[in-house]
Amino acid sequence: MLCLERTFDKSQDQIADLSFARVGEWKDRHPGAKVIGYFPVYAPVEIIHAAGMLPVGLSGGGDRLDIQHADARFGSFICSIIKTTLEMGLREHLKMFDGILFSSICDSARNLCFVMKRNFPDLYTDFLHLPHNPSSTASVDFLASEYRRLIQELERIGGHEVTEAGLKNAIALYNHNRQLIRHLYALRAQKPHVLRAWESYVLVRAGNLMPVEEHNVLLEESLQELTQRPGKPRDSIRVVVEGAFCEQPPLDLIKLVEDAGCYLVDDDFVIGRSWFTEDVPVNGDAVHALAESYVNRAVYSSVRHDFRAPRWEGLAEKVKRSRADAVLFLIAKFCEPAYFDYVLFKQKLEKIGVPHLLLEFEEKQFTFDRVRTEVETFVESLVFD
Amino acid sequence: MPEVKQTEYRGSIHQRQKDLMLKWYERLNEAAETGTPPTASLMISGNCVELLEAFGAVPIYPEVNALQLAIRHQSLEPILAAEEIGYAPDNCAYVKADIGCYLKGITPTGGKLPKPDLVLCNFVGCNTYVKWFEHTAVLTGSKLYVLDVPFLCEDEPSQAAIDYVVRQLKEVVTLLESITGKKFDYDRFTEAVRCSAEVEELWSQIKHLARRTPSPFDAYFDAITLMGPLYVYRATPEGVEFFRAALEEMWQKVASGQGVYDQEKFRLVVEGPPPYPYFRTFRDMFAKWKACAVASTYSTVGGLWEFGARHDPDHPFESVAMHMLSQNVTNRNYLQRYEQIKRYIEEWNADGLIIHFVKSCRLFSAGQGDMRDYVTKTLGVPTLYIESDLEDPRYFAEAQTRNRIDAFFETLEHSKLTAKAV
Repeated sequence: MLCLERTFDKSQDQIADLSFARVGEWKDRHPGAKVIGYFPVYAPVEIIHAAGMLPVGLSGGGDRLDIQHADARFGSFICSIIKTTLEMGLREHLKMFDGILFSSICDSARNLCFVMKRNFPDLYTDFLHLPHNPSSTASVDFLASEYRRLIQELERIGGHEVTEAGLKNAIALYNHNRQLIRHLYALRAQKPHVLRAWESYVLVRAGNLMPVEEHNVLLEESLQELTQRPGKPRDSIRVVVEGAFCEQPPLDLIKLVEDAGCYLVDDDFVIGRSWFTEDVPVNGDAVHALAESYVNRAVYSSVRHDFRAPRWEGLAEKVKRSRADAVLFLIAKFCEPAYFDYVLFKQKLEKIGVPHLLLEFEEKQFTFDRVRTEVETFVESLVFD
Repeated sequence: MPEVKQTEYRGSIHQRQKDLMLKWYERLNEAAETGTPPTASLMISGNCVELLEAFGAVPIYPEVNALQLAIRHQSLEPILAAEEIGYAPDNCAYVKADIGCYLKGITPTGGKLPKPDLVLCNFVGCNTYVKWFEHTAVLTGSKLYVLDVPFLCEDEPSQAAIDYVVRQLKEVVTLLESITGKKFDYDRFTEAVRCSAEVEELWSQIKHLARRTPSPFDAYFDAITLMGPLYVYRATPEGVEFFRAALEEMWQKVASGQGVYDQEKFRLVVEGPPPYPYFRTFRDMFAKWKACAVASTYSTVGGLWEFGARHDPDHPFESVAMHMLSQNVTNRNYLQRYEQIKRYIEEWNADGLIIHFVKSCRLFSAGQGDMRDYVTKTLGVPTLYIESDLEDPRYFAEAQTRNRIDAFFETLEHSKLTAKAV
């Protein structure tokens, strides 16, 4: 039996813990086993799991890391998560990691991969090219070959063969994990007064730091508890949050937006954990299934390009599905993919008559007075419209 | 402190490149007026212009349009127009200038620019390009094809990556056949690839002349002048003719011992694009110190040929794919750029590295502090790190930039003098 409040508090502590104590405990229980971190947004965690390793989703340094060295390496106009990730390495917060994966999300993250490679030569650092042309029949074949290359690398550093059975087991575990997260989000959209966005956020993000088997249990028990949880509806507008798919906003900012009169009925926080719209098939070749799923059954995202289904249609659909009144763009400072998408998202929302507000954040932001005023004014303008 | 002296590259090549670029704009104007020749938007870096040439189609390079505007001090108005519809101050200003031009009907020469028949996003390292071309396609209603090029994370591309690009190139052929109504002309394609190989050889020879002391040209500022024809005409006989003439002119300068300045005092490697809105001002800041760039990474955006790579008419599709995957600076990984700079410093005999961080371009700039750390501490070579932008005039702090450049050369001069004294 869980105490939900304690679960949320514990998850909150875990995601803020830059010593990665939880990961260290896993290493103690699995002597010799490797830990592979991955930079947002998405990584094929099933492959890492099947290699007998613990995949750990990195989310920057949050608001608990002063940047002492990384500013000088990355200069101005670069987002915070790039710098705090490097800073974590330079300040030895990544000691228990054996490798870090990056992917083709943006130019800054791509360059960070190679800067990390130079500065931490003992760390396995790799870059996955996730295809940008899903309309080509060649994309799935290429991505499958990229995944096979990754498997070879993981087998080399871990000494553990990746088998078809192991991969299928991992796919089934993560399919279940994603189903549970989808349930959690559906519950929140249906009863936002019962489950607050910050609570669901810490619960989902805690999964970045623990084995999927444990996260599945945690989610199952939490969902069970939530069915009994009382909640009093608040006088809030229903809002979809868009744009925080990589660098994560401070938890206090999420709480503030809720307190200022918004139900966050859907969002793209740590979206890599719920990357697929439906299960990855477990019949047929597992590597092919993972590659084909990336190309054909992934959620829309500012860092995944699929011109068969424009993102702005995805956002419009999300607004409709979640019966949202408005969209809140929560964009990390200097996040170019989010800024670009903002223009076309905005045009679409204006066409279909959905109000929106743009807020900029940094992970280490600690004063929110201006943001509070903006959100409150926005909410009032809708409530009294 | 040395006097400020106006310097200029005054060869006939400079005028010829202007003529060629104007001719290109005239062809684009003709396409806008009459619907022919067919056109396609392309990204400069790692492009596959040879495929367009096979169909008699003309490339539109939004980057060239953007930089032409900036160099003519006309970029701010379209940038502001783009910001008005929601683009952020931190979005790439090349994109904003291009989008703003479309919104305002501005073109670099005053002529018309056609609606592209195909928006062909040859994504090569630059993620911003995928967004840019997506937005262009939405604005113009043109057909979009994103030719995905896997980033070069290892020394050489894998066979899977080459196969992936070749398969997409063949999809582009089918698309161009349907757009132009013409059958793909394989011989014309092979001939275009042959022209490219020849231009690359000539360009490479020009680059290698900068290893001489004095260098007959500035491999940053003058190289940029030659880059227009390099991109627009690479796959054509006109391109071959232009670069033959350019090489000949450079040799003449070498033969007469003529350098960029009456006395070359410093030899530099330059990293990053220039501040186009202050191109001349920026150049003069180096000219004042008789500091000549002998190599630059920016001049390898279109292709990195000085180390031997060429297109191959015997394997046209594969060599176009290789060019896109590995023979341009933007699709090569950051550490390969460090290695490129190291080779320039050593083989082109440079005194220092200038790093120009441009706010718009994370591809170039994200991590340049680490690059500086490597060049200074590991290679022991002096570096200067300055920040501004390649398109947005609001980010160029002239006095501050001048002070930093002066301080750098004063120190470098002092080190040279004291080294001599020892």
